[in-house]
Amino acid sequence: MAQMTMIQAITDALRCELKNDENVLIFGEDVGVNGGVFRATEGLQQEFGVDRVFDTPLAESGIGGLAIGLALTGYRPVPEIQFFGFVFEVMDSISGQLARMRYRSGGVYSAPVTIRSPFGGGVHTPEMHSDSLEGLMAQSPGLKVVIPSTPYDAKGLLISSIRDNDPVIFLEHLKLYRSFREEVPEESYTIPLGKADVKREGKDLSIFAYGLMVHESLKAAEELEKEGYSVEVVDLRTVQPLDIETIIASVEKTNRAIVVQEAQKQAGIAANVVAEITERAILSLEAPVLRVAAPDTVYPFPQAENVWLPNYKDVIETAKKVLTF
Amino acid sequence: MGEKLSNQYNPQSLLNEIEEKFQMFQILNEKGEIVDKENEPNLSDEELVELMTRMVYTRILDQRSISLNRQGRLGFYAPTAGQEASQLASHFALEKEDWILPGYRDVPQIVFHGLPLWKAFLFSRGHFVGNQAPEGVNVLAPQIIIGAQYVQTAGVALGLKKRGTKNVAVTYTGDGGSSQGDFYEGINFAGAFKAPAIFFIQNNQYAISTPRELQTAGKTLAQKGISAGIPCVQVDGMDALAVYVATRDARERAIRGEGPTLIETVCYRYGPHTMSGDDPTRYRTAEIDNEWAAKDPIVRFRTYLEGKGLWSEAKEEEVIERAKEEIKEAIKKADETPKQTVTDLITNMYEELPVNLQEQYSIYKEKESR
Repeated sequence: MAQMTMIQAITDALRCELKNDENVLIFGEDVGVNGGVFRATEGLQQEFGVDRVFDTPLAESGIGGLAIGLALTGYRPVPEIQFFGFVFEVMDSISGQLARMRYRSGGVYSAPVTIRSPFGGGVHTPEMHSDSLEGLMAQSPGLKVVIPSTPYDAKGLLISSIRDNDPVIFLEHLKLYRSFREEVPEESYTIPLGKADVKREGKDLSIFAYGLMVHESLKAAEELEKEGYSVEVVDLRTVQPLDIETIIASVEKTNRAIVVQEAQKQAGIAANVVAEITERAILSLEAPVLRVAAPDTVYPFPQAENVWLPNYKDVIETAKKVLTF
Repeated sequence: MGEKLSNQYNPQSLLNEIEEKFQMFQILNEKGEIVDKENEPNLSDEELVELMTRMVYTRILDQRSISLNRQGRLGFYAPTAGQEASQLASHFALEKEDWILPGYRDVPQIVFHGLPLWKAFLFSRGHFVGNQAPEGVNVLAPQIIIGAQYVQTAGVALGLKKRGTKNVAVTYTGDGGSSQGDFYEGINFAGAFKAPAIFFIQNNQYAISTPRELQTAGKTLAQKGISAGIPCVQVDGMDALAVYVATRDARERAIRGEGPTLIETVCYRYGPHTMSGDDPTRYRTAEIDNEWAAKDPIVRFRTYLEGKGLWSEAKEEEVIERAKEEIKEAIKKADETPKQTVTDLITNMYEELPVNLQEQYSIYKEKESR
């Protein structure tokens, strides 16, 4: 076992799959010689050749279309969208085309494509580099949307995503790329898609989160413990489809829940989790299910980022409202 | 030196010079005469007859489709009359293993590539079975989003190149489609990867109602290929021989590893944009219609074949009768296809159903059993 950051775990997963399946292709903007702007593909072109790891012209819709076409000829493309804010340029290729390939062809064609992309705030990027747009993706039937919160999960989930025969949007939080290391096995392993992970068990409140907000929620849970509250933290890991079984089991145990997301409050994943809980477990609830989310503005310019992004204090505040309801 | 500089520093004259060089390629003129003997293709008598047969067949298919649509028995339909040379002569240069990524008007090509006619009718009716290409028939369902097929074609072509096959990926859009971002991204990607693709712009003069002149300042649509650094040619799209030769040569270049080609076929659709309420008299005059009718692709090809003693009224009648019979059979088969259900659709979403769809599957299965 080695200590890895999330970015190293991602590179490791890509290397495992390039070795495992000759149909795996990696491409995108600057992923070749440069190894990606975050070095996610560091050394892969050198190791596997320019035929399998290659740079494309700078056009996101073209990258999406290329992935679809390569999938039709039996490849297993793993394109990178350099920043997920650029997804608007490739919305048709993803939601209008990739997500519908199996459906549109009546099951004759599939699109085993994994689109990797960094997202998320807190690192002072220019505009359109930090937006949390997973909710948009979750609204496209045909896709799966995966968001890891740890290096270990990133590797196992990415390998599962690449092996999945349906398209997966794999979103990597920018702030988590190098924020900490943990033990990650060097061999290949998978973590099933659509399965949440109970990061911390508790009796009084369930917090559902994903991505960076898992860590803010864990921090909040520690603080709340000092005040005598036993808080469960569940990392959703896959935000579409949701692991309803784990979510409901947790709520039935704690009877109180909040959902934490970095994205704006309007629509989105948290709203969907709340809806599932109220549809399935309303009689277990002792309090309304509240959300911690960013305000419904566009993603702010860097100077306003820190006041805008939800953090563990916001989680504690909302948790207390629910705990004392 | 001076001359070269004046060229570089006079972008207007450079453009004029380039645009002047884009002359429409024609082999068979409106009267059915060979005007470019050197490029006349060496097709056998059987092949010439087959190409004519397919064009006549497709004209009948178009007439019957319009009539079936009016009777409420077809659904979505985009008329093809006027575009037979552009569609069928380009397809005629392809091989069985080649890929076609069609636009919504390009049903004839995929039918002659192997999609059974009854499935084409089911596509029109909006039944998923119509989109299920049989094993070994490399066609996609007709694309509805204008231009989306262009970027995918670059991908299929790159895949064929990586696989080392001797095949090409072929796609079609229209004059309107050539304004889309995906159009440029598609030709540019294919060019950058030297991928074996053939991109068609079937310039039928109108994007629904918007005339060709409003789409671009360019004199031709073909010249857009220059921006991607790929060979490009404007062809008389009412001339089956010119379309065939341009496609054949593009295919040969692609197979030799020389990359993609952009082909503009200048043609006309006689009918409305689709049968869903478009009224062409709002944007075209009878005079324009007549001008194009005089260039008809079937009329001139018939004259050419009659001159060679390869075609007759009786022969044409035979093709028409066969087309009518096969269309009748295909409609019957389409009618016999079981109605689609919500559970069919759910099943086609993922390889393994996620939990939300598993639940919805049970709900609809129960509803459907009532």
